[in-house]
Order: sequence, then C-alpha cells, then structure tokens
Amino acid sequence: MFKLEKRPQPSKAFAYLTPILAIIATMIAGGLLFMALGKNPFEAIRTIFWDPLFGEFAFYYRPQLLVKGGPLILIAIGLSLGFRAGIWNIGAEGQYIVGAICGAGVGLAFYPMEAWYIFPLMITAGAFGGWAWAMIPALLKVKFQTNEILVSLMLVYVAEQLLASMSLGLLKNPDGHGFPGSRNLKDYPSAFNDEIITGSGMHWGVLTAFIAVIFAYILLNRHMLGFSIRLTGEAPRAAKFSSVNPTRLILFCLGMSGALAGLAGMFEVSGPAGQISIDFNTGYGFTAIIVAFLGRLHPVGILFAGLLMALTYIGGEIAQANLGLPAAAIQLFQGMLLFFLLAVDLLTNYSIKRVKTEAL
Amino acid sequence: MKLTHLLATAAVALGMATSAFAEDKTKVGFVYVGPVGDGGWTYEHNKGRLAVEAEFGDKVETVFVESVPEGADAERVMTQMALQGADLIFTTSFGYMDPTINVAKKFPDVKFEHATGYKTAENVSVYSARFYEGRAIQGHIAGNMTESNIIGYIGSFPIPEVIRGINSAFIHARKVNPDVEFKIVWAYTWFDPAKEADAAKVLIEQGADVILQHTDSTAPLAAAAAAGNVVGFGQASDMAEFKDGPRVSSIIDDWAPYYIARTKAVMDGTWETMSTWDGIGAGMVGIGEITDKVPANVKAEALAMKAALADGSYHAFTGPINKQDGSAWLAEGETADDGTLAGMNFYVEGIEGEIPQ
Amino acid sequence: MDLSAINPALLIASLLVAATPILLAGIGELVVERAGVLNLGVEGMMITGAICGFMATIITGSPALGFVFAAIGGAALSFLFALLTQYALANQVASGLALTLFGLGLSSLLGQDYVGLKPPSTPKLDIPILSDLPFLGTVLFNHDAIVYLGIALVAAVWATLKYTRVGLVLRAVGENHDAAHALGYKVVRIRVLAIMFGGACAGLGGAYISLIRVPQWTEGMTAGAGWIALALVVFASWKPWRVLLGAWLFGGVTVLQLNLQAAGVAIPVEYLSMSPYIITILVLVIMSADKSRAPASLGRIFHASS
Repeated sequence: MFKLEKRPQPSKAFAYLTPILAIIATMIAGGLLFMALGKNPFEAIRTIFWDPLFGEFAFYYRPQLLVKGGPLILIAIGLSLGFRAGIWNIGAEGQYIVGAICGAGVGLAFYPMEAWYIFPLMITAGAFGGWAWAMIPALLKVKFQTNEILVSLMLVYVAEQLLASMSLGLLKNPDGHGFPGSRNLKDYPSAFNDEIITGSGMHWGVLTAFIAVIFAYILLNRHMLGFSIRLTGEAPRAAKFSSVNPTRLILFCLGMSGALAGLAGMFEVSGPAGQISIDFNTGYGFTAIIVAFLGRLHPVGILFAGLLMALTYIGGEIAQANLGLPAAAIQLFQGMLLFFLLAVDLLTNYSIKRVKTEAL
Repeated sequence: MKLTHLLATAAVALGMATSAFAEDKTKVGFVYVGPVGDGGWTYEHNKGRLAVEAEFGDKVETVFVESVPEGADAERVMTQMALQGADLIFTTSFGYMDPTINVAKKFPDVKFEHATGYKTAENVSVYSARFYEGRAIQGHIAGNMTESNIIGYIGSFPIPEVIRGINSAFIHARKVNPDVEFKIVWAYTWFDPAKEADAAKVLIEQGADVILQHTDSTAPLAAAAAAGNVVGFGQASDMAEFKDGPRVSSIIDDWAPYYIARTKAVMDGTWETMSTWDGIGAGMVGIGEITDKVPANVKAEALAMKAALADGSYHAFTGPINKQDGSAWLAEGETADDGTLAGMNFYVEGIEGEIPQ
Repeated sequence: MDLSAINPALLIASLLVAATPILLAGIGELVVERAGVLNLGVEGMMITGAICGFMATIITGSPALGFVFAAIGGAALSFLFALLTQYALANQVASGLALTLFGLGLSSLLGQDYVGLKPPSTPKLDIPILSDLPFLGTVLFNHDAIVYLGIALVAAVWATLKYTRVGLVLRAVGENHDAAHALGYKVVRIRVLAIMFGGACAGLGGAYISLIRVPQWTEGMTAGAGWIALALVVFASWKPWRVLLGAWLFGGVTVLQLNLQAAGVAIPVEYLSMSPYIITILVLVIMSADKSRAPASLGRIFHASS
C-alpha cells in the first residue's frame, strides 16, 4: 500500500525536476494525441519543439520567441507576486488592455509631433492604466472583502468593450477611411516600440521583462515586502501574528501586477501589434497565469516557462501550416502541460511511502 | 546583418535550391481569420482555395493556417509562409492590412492579395466584393414580403462595408414599400452564434418579420425558423439547409473565379498589383436560389434586377437619394462613385437611429 | 426611440431562457463550493457539455439523449479536476484554470467536424389552456423542459442541503474538513461526488446553449458563461434560491440591453454590453457586506494526516 506523507520541507530536488517531468509527460501524451489525429507524433513534436530553435528558419523564429514570450513573462512576474500571497489576480487581460489604451492614447495625443519624451510618457501612462484597473478589485477587496477573482475577471469583459469603444470612437484613425482601429504606431517613430538590437526581436518590452525578472528576484529574496509575501503564502497564521499588513500587501500585489500587465499591453500595442483594434487582445493575460504556475511562481522559473510557452505557440503555428495540425490541438497541449505539472507537483510536497498493513 | 536582407537572401536561396516540392509547382498560401468550418466567411475562402487546387491540379500546392489573430501573429504566419516558399499569399481579413504590407516589404518577390483592405504596394493587391449589390436584391424581396413593415438588421461593426449594405437594402425596400422601417442591432462581432441568435430573437420580438444579417453564422436563420413566420437570407454562404424554412435567398461570396485568375497570373508571370472591386457581374457575388416562398412577380423583378446589376445597366446607388439629415446626395439618375462608397459613413434618408461612434 | 416596441411578456420569457445555462452551472458550483472546493473550471466543463450534448444529439437524433451525454461529459471532465485536487493535492485555483483551458481545447478539437450543423430541435411545452394565457402563458408555460429542470434543481438542492442528512454531511465537510474526517465522514469521497455533480450540471448548462439557445456548435461558444456562474454563487452568498435570482438578474440585463438597442435607445452599444458585468460587480460588492460568509474550508487542501 502506498501512502502520501507530507514532507517537512518541500523537496528542492523535486522542485527542479517536476517541470522537466511534466514536459516529458506532456510530450508523450501530446504525441499520443497527435497520433490519434493521424499525424506522425515524432514529426509533430519535432516541429513544435525543435524546429523553431534549431530548424531551417530558426534565425527568424528565435527572435520571435522573445517577441511572444516577453509580454507573457512580464505579466506572469507581476501575477506571481500576488499568487504567492494567495491574492488571485485573474483579470490581467483587462489590465493589459487598459494599459494599452492609455499608452496608445497618450502617444496618439502627441501625433504628429516628434520628441524624445513621448515614449517615456507612454510607458508611464501604460503602467498607470494597468495599475488603476487593478486597483478596482484591490480597493473592493480591502474595503468590502469582495472576491478579487471575480471582480478582476468581470473587469476583463468591461475592458474588452472599452477597447471596442476606443477603436470605433475616440482612438479611431482619422485617415483610416472609416474603418475601426487606431493609427498604426509603427509609422510614428517617437511612439514606436522598436527593436533595441535589430533582428533580435528584443524590443523595449522584452528588456522590461528581463528587468522585471531581476527585480522580482531581489524583491522576494532580499526585501522585507518580499518576505511578507512569501510568509503570507506559506504560513498564513504566522503572517497574521507578525508585522505583515494585509491591506498593504493586497494593494501592492494587485497594483504591481496591474502595472506590469498594463506595461506589457502598452509595449505590445506600440510594437508588434501596432495599433489599437477591436481584436487587439489575444489572451496573454490568461496565458500568463499558466506561465506563472509553470515557472513555479519563481522569477527565473517564469523566465524559462514564458519562453517555453512561446515555443509551443510558435511551434504550433508551424505545425498548423506544415502538418495541418488543428489549432485546438495546441490549446489542448498547453492545458495538458499545466495539468501534468500540477499533478507531478505532488511529489515536491509529499513523499510516497510504502506502508506495511499491520496484522490486526 | 539586417534581418530584412537575411530574409530576402534566404527566400532567394530557397527559390533557387531544390526545395521540398517540385520546381514548377506554384505555392499558394492562405491566411484565415476564423475556422474553416465556420460555414460563412472563412468557409467560402477555403472553397476558393479548393477550387484553385481543382483547377490546377499538380501544378499548384496550397497551404493554409486558420484562426490567425490579427497583429503580430499574422505577420509571423505570413513570414513563415513566405520563408517556406510561397509565391502568392491571400490574407483574408481587413485586420491583416498592416501585417501584409510589412511582410510584403521583406519579400518583394512574393505576391500578396489582401481582402477588403485599401493599402496596396508593388507586390500587394487588394480585392473586395460589391456585396451591396446583393443587398439591393435582398431589400427588394424583403420590402415586398414584410407584413409588419418592420425589417430587422443585424449589423456586425459600423464600418463602411456594413453601412453600405444597410443603405442599399433600405433604399430598395423603401422603393417597393414606403412604410417599411429598419430596426438595427449591432452585434460587434463577425461571428458569434449566441449573440446573433439573441439579436435575432430580440428583433423578432420587437415585431420584425424579415431578418437581414451582416454576421456570418446560421443562428439568426435558426431563430427565424423557431419563430415560425419570419423570413431571412443566407449570408456569405448559401445556408441552403434552411431552404424549407425561413431562407428565401442568400448572398454567396464566391472567391473562386478571382483566386483562379490571380493564381494563373502568377503562373504566367503576368501578375500586377491592382485594386479589384467586383460584383455580381464578375461572379464574385452570388445570389442564392430564390425559393418559392417569394411571390412569382417579386422573384421575377429580383432576377431582373440581378441581371441589370450584372451587366452594369443598373447601379444599386442611383439618385435621387438624400442623406439621413435631408441634405442631397445623389441627383436624379446620378450614381454613387466608388470613393464615396468605400468610405461611406452616413445613413440615407429614412433610416432612424445613429451610426454608433 | 420606441420603447413601446419592447414587449414585457416576451422580455421576461427571454430572460428565463437566457438565465437557464448560468443557473444550471451555478447551482452545480454551489454544491461544489458548499463542500469546500473551489472549482474555477466551470467554463471548461460547460463547453465540454456543450459539445458532448451536441455530438450526441446529432448522432442519435434525440435531444434528450444529448442532454444526458452532456451531463456525463461534464462530470467526466470534472473528475480530472477531482483527481488533481483531491488525490494529487494540487492547488485548486491553478487546477481549475487548467481545467478551463483543457476543456476549451478538447471541445474545439472534438467539435471540428460539427461546426455549422443544425441539431434536431427540442420541443417546447404546450399545455392546452395554460400556454395560451395572454401574459402568464408566454412567460411561464411556453418553455422547453430544461428551463423547468433548472428551477426544479434549485428547489432540490435547497431541500437537500437544508433537510437531509446528506446535505448536512456535505455542509459539515465544507465548514471544517478536519472535524468531519475525525467524525468518520469520507471527506474525499463526498467532495469527489460533489465535484462530479457540479460537472454534470455545468455540462447541462453548456448543452442548453448549443442545443436550444443558439442552437449550433462553435468553438468557445460559452463565451464566459462559466465565469458568470462562478460570480453567481458568490452573489448568492451560497444560498440556492439566491442563485435563481442572480441568474434572472444577469439574464435579464443581457436581454434588456439588446432590446434597448433594437428599440433605438441612444446609449452606445459598448456601454450597454458592459452593463451586465458592471452590475455583477456592484452586486458582488453589496453582497460581500452581507454577513453570510463562504464555507470555512473553501479552497483549502484536505489531507488526512492520521
């Protein structure tokens, strides 16, 4: 008979091993799935995981990993701070949208003037927009104990409608022949989020993501606030008795994740996406939640998890084009990855012991 | 090395080297905004692709990616196709406009065709269909068949294409029925069966007995069928399964003739950038079979209008027409020019309500 | 603007129809949460039920069988969640989100060949005299069976939780799982059963959308209904009859905004579309001030450490 016994300390070895185990398990299950769909499993797995990194056109795909992974990492870092403390910001998608609207709005307000301070202003606006949108669930939680999961989530739908309103109204391109969507920021040099090193895919958003990783690492390991976050998550009762101020924590965690999500939105709209349009948001806010968990809520882990997720997206697109794999299969694949990770995570916190049934 | 240079070199190198497919095959790529099975917009584009395959057989190879979000993802998919050696790429949604132009710059030897857009380049053409011609016929039938004099219109987004459709349908409904009124609901989606069903039900509840839609699913027709005595039209595809019920006719997007012609142009080396706006005459807009529910004389008039639109003797927007605020737009006999139509942002006289801003 | 065009009887009738999917999913989730488990995967279970029900109806030709399979599909998916959270002791929030993602992907994949098909229609109730009553007939007696099932389910859950032993045990497990375990109740088993019940209900709700309300199958067609159902449970302070009220409110606002649009009211469409969600937030805030609180063990991982 097997019995689960809680470990006194989470196993460090397994903490590093579980993501790898989960990935291998997903590859196997995914391979079976692809086989059921009539595709060669090895070719499919190779197309998704190998080709973007080392294949024929990897010189193009590798930078794309940064483009796709950057916003995911940025948002996930913010989310992980809250998740560690049991503060669940599920509305990052909404904060992403509002940040993009604010950032683009500020930039377009200056059009066609060129100046060095426009981009920094846009960055501030984007962060502020996301922060403000996250403050709604934060303040409601602090004042009325309203569940932040639901409020932040409802606000995603509100933000989507706001996006539609902006695309068709306030931010609509006056030179756009009446079509919805804002002016394309790629044509506006002062506001364009260009690649810092041409061809590397690394735009200012990606750089910010890297900075956020370092910042989060230092915060969690060296700063009192980071300690409070970790304490609240791991030992809530102890946190109550210590000097942790729950209100401050809620406001900080939600505010920070909102600001980072807003920044991601702003960098995306002024860079890869280019314009505010009705379909601007592509679910990064939700995917970032998966990235946060895949990275085990650890900054460096999130960095790798974000890149891995980006890999599945890009590899998935190649598989769609070359192998005719349906888009839904990739979504399923990503869901499986998270499932396996959560299941295998068991081994980090519990050890399996063999128990001899005693004779009565 | 600049990435653009690198990409172009790679493409040229690929073009010269032996690739995965035979040297003389023309590779045509298709980028879809929705799923192939949507039964509407993307479904018809895919039929066009299949027609290209049927027409050219071994000489052509097609690839497609579906449900590609607009923006950076679209750019990546297009770049991917170009890198893999595509000679001609069709991008089938307005929102792909800027990505198409960007990718076209990086691959000057690849030809791009962008649907419903307005930006062209040396290697980018745009194409669209004069759906408003089909709407004229629908309006004529609707005006005749409505008994409550209320016609429901499910709009997608308040863009010129949709406004054109509403105006064209209204003008022709009013012509045969001066008491008719339009109730317009904006779904803010091209394809969302649940929302469309709700919109249709609401319109029916408020008295409409004819439903016109600019959204792509069959949900409004299903709602019309459930209501019993409501009439509707197929949109983007024939939606023939509702022939025994509410569907009396339809507008069919038929991209096959255009796609075949453009592929041939690439194969012959005669491809040039152009701006195509074809209607019933060129075969891009198909009118679905008008069922017997429609009275014989109405059907005859509708078919006559179709023939006139096809050979150019009749233009759907022929004066005298005033704008909604009463100001004159078209004088007697004057027809609307393409420029005004392309950017149409006003209702014609008689339509109540405002265009959402 | 012509407000007289809005017919109150039809409006209320539509409201009941619009409310049914979230009502079904909500009452199921209420049972799950009363047992102390927070299952955020309602959206995934609903859409899985939608495709299972749709596929079953197309294949067998019977909507009734379709609903049965929808319930089975939803329950099966929720069983994965049960495995993760009750046996592998995973974090409930993350597991629920994984379930949603997995459900969305699975349903899209299964539904590839079923897009755009027309299912056999479900008959509406037609009682000889009652259905023809001028106002009440349209409002109360003209619906399909599932609308009535939803209301009946609410009554059943209320009665079970309040008056039966099973209900009492469920509530005990939700309030204090360690004490319940000490008393000898099989916490894990009860929770798994509750989770599967919630999955079955969500599946029914999803199938309602794909078989009756639209009726069609498209990817992602539940469009957030699962999240609304979750909000409903909190809104209802975990009391069954309040779930009914909340569902009506939300369904009502959705239907009303479309009616206002069609009647030509000048409020911009986007703001009308936002209104259901904003009103949900407002109500959540008001309800949070309510003294009833969540089951004390909600979301906490149970591990018998004996």
